[in-house]
Amino acid sequence: MATTSTGDIEKTKSVEVKKKLNVLIVDDDTVIRKLHENIIKSIGGISQTAKNGEEAVNIHRDGNASFDLILMDKEMPERDGLSAIKKLREMKVTSMIIGVTTLADNEEERKAFMEAGLNHCLAKPLSKAKILPLINNLMDA
Amino acid sequence: MDAHVAQLQMQYRNYILSLYQQGFLDDQFTELKSLQDDGSPDFVAEVLSLFFDDCVKLVGNMARALDQTGTVDFCQVGANVHQLKGSSSSVGAKRVKGLCINFKELCEAKNYEGCVRCLQQVDIEYKTLKAKLQDMFNLEKQIVQAGGIVPQVDIN
Repeated sequence: MATTSTGDIEKTKSVEVKKKLNVLIVDDDTVIRKLHENIIKSIGGISQTAKNGEEAVNIHRDGNASFDLILMDKEMPERDGLSAIKKLREMKVTSMIIGVTTLADNEEERKAFMEAGLNHCLAKPLSKAKILPLINNLMDA
Repeated sequence: MDAHVAQLQMQYRNYILSLYQQGFLDDQFTELKSLQDDGSPDFVAEVLSLFFDDCVKLVGNMARALDQTGTVDFCQVGANVHQLKGSSSSVGAKRVKGLCINFKELCEAKNYEGCVRCLQQVDIEYKTLKAKLQDMFNLEKQIVQAGGIVPQVDIN
């Protein structure tokens, strides 16, 4: 802290470059991709989208992708969420992965989805209130 | 405050409340509205446009799948219903979502007549919702054109 000639304390502003949350949104539905994009934007994050699990895996193939968080739908054509998560974990992707599904209330389905390599599972529809606590924990870690 | 603007705002509030009370919309629509801001001023209109495009596509797919002269592929119908259920619940389209829940059960039971009836109801319901929301946007436009601000409506 610097003091002025009059003795007032001049508060120094600490300039902090806060890293923007970088999210990959994986869902075959355009409405849900748009909704999730805006939720992430509303909490100051940036996002990229993939229409299915295969696209999500391909984004990671060159090894340069670096997402803090992946929001993964379960039922998708070409490669479903379960298969995509298993593949991403085999590829040593360490991003937090949140499964987003309408089947979240079915305990058996949820368990299989979690065991594929998820960090958390949330039921659709997503909202800021649902996702913010998980993201705050991620950013604090 | 200009009396005309105040009247339009009151009309708008009452109209929105009626959409919730009559079961057209649920809390998820409130969530959509909360995501609209200066940075995304047309967010609600954009999402709804995508949703209604989805409805046209998925209802068409279901109609074609049910119109087979041979064996109906109820799994295919069910997959389209599942998708419509997901997108309708994401925009707060409560009645459409409710119909999709019934529709899914009818597909699982391979109830052909039930599926055909349910598809007709889905078709009517999404078109009704589309017309109602268009009226909502028209009211918003009238308020802005009259120099007012579109009010936030507390549905609780």
